Amino acid sequence: MKFGVVQFPGSNCDFDAYHALRNVLKRPTVMLWHKDHDLQGADCVVLPGGFAYGDYLRVGAIARFSPLMQQVKAFARDGGRVLGICNGFQVLLELGLLPGAMLRNKDLKFLCQHVHIRVEDARTDFTRAAKKGQVLRIPIAHFDGNYYAPARTLKDIERSGQVVFRYCDPDGKVTPEANVNGSLAGIAGIRNEAGNVLGLMPHPERASEALLGSEDGRVIFESLLLSLERPKRSHPKAASTKVRS
Amino acid sequence: MIDKTILDRHNLTEDEYRLIVELIGKEPNLTELGIFSVMWSEHCGYKSSRVHLKKLPTEGRHVVQGPGENAGILDIGDGQVVVFKIESHNHPSYIEPYQGAATGVGGILRDIFTMGARPVAVLDSLRFGPPDDPKNRSVMEGVVSGISGYGNSIGVPTVGGEIAFDPCYSLNPLVNVFCLGLAGKDKIFYAKAEGAGNKVLYVGAKTGRDGIHGATMASAAFGEDTEHKRPNVQVGDPFKEKLLLEACLEVMDAGLIVGIQDMGAAGLTCSTTEMAAKGGMGIVVDLDMVPQREEGMTPYEILLSESQERMLLVATPDRVAAVQAVFAKWDLDAPVIGEVVEGGRARISFKGEIVVDIPVDAVVNLCPAYERPIAPPAPPPPAPPLAALPLPADLGEVLLKVLASPTVADKEWVFRQYDHMVQLNTVFLPGADAALLRIKGSKKGLAMTLDGNSLYTRLDPRTGARIAVAEACRNLACVGARPIGVTNCLNFGDPEKPEVMGQFEQAVNGIAEACRTFGIPVTGGNVSFYNDTEGLSIHPTPVLGIVGIVDDIRKAVRPGFRGAGDAVVLIGESFEELGGSEYLRVIHGLEAGAPPAIDLEQEKRNQDLLLEAIDAKLLRSAHDLSEGGLAVALAECAFHSQEKRGCEIDLEALLRADALLFGESQSRILVTCRKADAAGLLKMAAGRGVPATVIGRTGGAAIAVKRGGREILRVPVEKAFRAWKDSLPGFFQVRT
Repeated sequence: MKFGVVQFPGSNCDFDAYHALRNVLKRPTVMLWHKDHDLQGADCVVLPGGFAYGDYLRVGAIARFSPLMQQVKAFARDGGRVLGICNGFQVLLELGLLPGAMLRNKDLKFLCQHVHIRVEDARTDFTRAAKKGQVLRIPIAHFDGNYYAPARTLKDIERSGQVVFRYCDPDGKVTPEANVNGSLAGIAGIRNEAGNVLGLMPHPERASEALLGSEDGRVIFESLLLSLERPKRSHPKAASTKVRS
Repeated sequence: MIDKTILDRHNLTEDEYRLIVELIGKEPNLTELGIFSVMWSEHCGYKSSRVHLKKLPTEGRHVVQGPGENAGILDIGDGQVVVFKIESHNHPSYIEPYQGAATGVGGILRDIFTMGARPVAVLDSLRFGPPDDPKNRSVMEGVVSGISGYGNSIGVPTVGGEIAFDPCYSLNPLVNVFCLGLAGKDKIFYAKAEGAGNKVLYVGAKTGRDGIHGATMASAAFGEDTEHKRPNVQVGDPFKEKLLLEACLEVMDAGLIVGIQDMGAAGLTCSTTEMAAKGGMGIVVDLDMVPQREEGMTPYEILLSESQERMLLVATPDRVAAVQAVFAKWDLDAPVIGEVVEGGRARISFKGEIVVDIPVDAVVNLCPAYERPIAPPAPPPPAPPLAALPLPADLGEVLLKVLASPTVADKEWVFRQYDHMVQLNTVFLPGADAALLRIKGSKKGLAMTLDGNSLYTRLDPRTGARIAVAEACRNLACVGARPIGVTNCLNFGDPEKPEVMGQFEQAVNGIAEACRTFGIPVTGGNVSFYNDTEGLSIHPTPVLGIVGIVDDIRKAVRPGFRGAGDAVVLIGESFEELGGSEYLRVIHGLEAGAPPAIDLEQEKRNQDLLLEAIDAKLLRSAHDLSEGGLAVALAECAFHSQEKRGCEIDLEALLRADALLFGESQSRILVTCRKADAAGLLKMAAGRGVPATVIGRTGGAAIAVKRGGREILRVPVEKAFRAWKDSLPGFFQVRT
């Protein structure tokens, strides 16, 4: 399978994602320039971390106007796998591919540290190599990762099981202390209803090599490989193209 | 037309003015005077420091580029070089902490990528007044946010550094930013304008009125009217810099340009004249072609603006379109604003008229160098004899207080605001003795550290400076790295005060001596004088940035204790030295006495032994002893162990208990090894003339120390950890 990593002008984890996919997972990976109109046959599109357009206004707000985003939206609508990491997650929210929005971290500071997240659903294309309840140690690095959604939306995404990761302590307990950025319901990552689009604030590419302190992030990429290279156990909803209005 | 008032406003003396007239063969107009004023400022011209800096060793087998360029360059093998430098942004950071620090980061990044290197690491050395004062806290918060805001956005990790506090920095904080980049040895670019007929291109942000005379501002002491200088501080735009970085590296990688220079201090003036002077050429510039952010700017303002995120490129005429295409890809304009010409003059026109016509050599190379009057620095206030110093009853309480002192306390509150992991090279997170980066595709590692203890340098500038070099090298050795090169940032007071020049001279001597002993070259750096506010000078504060290489990154060692039952070994010798110690300052309120003595040859032997033991995989952990001495080092090793493992230490009663625990004798390293390896380690040490003693074992949940068989310290690791961890955040908690 082939990965495509989108490059916005202010992406700064684009080559990190490339490194993890190409050199660690050893899969063909192409860079996708935001001004292009072609996904170059990628089977999975990754929106990496960074500050897409400087993000002086609302994070990710300008990125959604990049030409390539039309292709990404169509790709997602057709069931293509899209993974948004950090700024990529923020862009997915702005694109309307995922519900909710990001606020500044509760302490109004940028936070770069390892956190623990709990796998809430191990049946998604992004988590099927993990176990439900598994605790992953993965770094975060963001100023705007305080997930927010109106009460009704939150109820909807909880009911349909769209919360894929929650901040937790090392033992897997979701506590206020573990929720360092103040996200609603401790949400660290969500998927769309169809299950083919995932956004998360932690950086799995930063937790892909033992030398750098953790390999826990690999399970997300490995899940994608399982889903796309041996797609026999597909998620019940992955084939659906239904989009919520 | 040019009178004393105008000269004063430009920080030029009448002698300097006469020299200018002589060199250019005419009375300068105001714009030309402005050019000389910035290029001959202390900041750009190093006029007080040059005669002393010559004493620093600059040669070495790794050196590709020594002082004189934007940054130093060292060969690290495998066809790669590191490009690195440190710069101060002290004055702007006091006036406007956020933007001052942010543009400090932006400026040093440009120094690195202008040479063709991709910046891979930033470290900062910061000094503030005590954090119990809200004004100091606000400066610190602003500086940290500024570094975070700029560095995080552009995607260069801030991997380490140091922070210390002293009242002398309350009105004059120090912000020294170090950056290191990686480049191919055959892909280095220089700031040269070569080839008559080649085009000069302007890229990056538009020019505005911000930062006019920033370099001149940084070359004078501050009075009470500092607030009025706020408009002199530039405003940073990290997104623009990110575009500029990528576009510049792309044109360099494609070999599309001849030369490149960033517009830092003194902006367009500095970049045009320096490039011409270095290429042995002249330059013509049409200011009407310079993109401007504001209307009605005068030539004086355009030339002296320090607007950020701008670069100057030189390209052959046939490549101009290709260069412009790359910049367009990154949404940047790259207009041609001039041309390289024969003749060695800078001719600058504005609305059809020549407004500047001067020889570039005079501007760039003929700034006078001064042998300023020197007076020996005042001797330190004598420390009371130890006998007169009361021995505190509860040394456990003392340890908790020293651990909570802001200089010693944990700095995670700061470091977690910096993205220290982006680019996927950070092997050791901030908090280790030195930052350690892997080099992708190689088993080598790059280690780097910033060090300087300004209390030592205040008490004895020469010894303090020697210690700064020694400690930086020791920090590198603790992770297993050999030092290969040095950059320094010399922060001092007003050089027109003979005593300050005395401190400067001695500090430079100390650095030179230590660098010679370690065999490491100084490849560049920065001098920041006039760190005087309202007549008060800061402590002399030389900060050393040293880069080292780890041959096999898998062998690198961390500070934390590992298993229980490991032998704890102290390398080096302890003396009854409390002068200049954190203990004396925090517990007895004294900044006095002579700093600890340092024997550079012994230091080198100790470090060589450490490197040899790490290479032989004998060691399980290593941590250097610095502020707070043995007790603090033991505590930090416990904090850095995964299980917060304690230790049981048994010391001979050779020294007073407080000197034993908190004395800061130099050249000491605390290491652990498996019990079975201890004898081998001691034998290796004895063979190298290095004192080494097994002082105890790891284990338990407390830091416990006996002296002559009697327990003098027992503090639960968790309790000590909280004192150390909670101190700094405590100052910044929102009080409700």
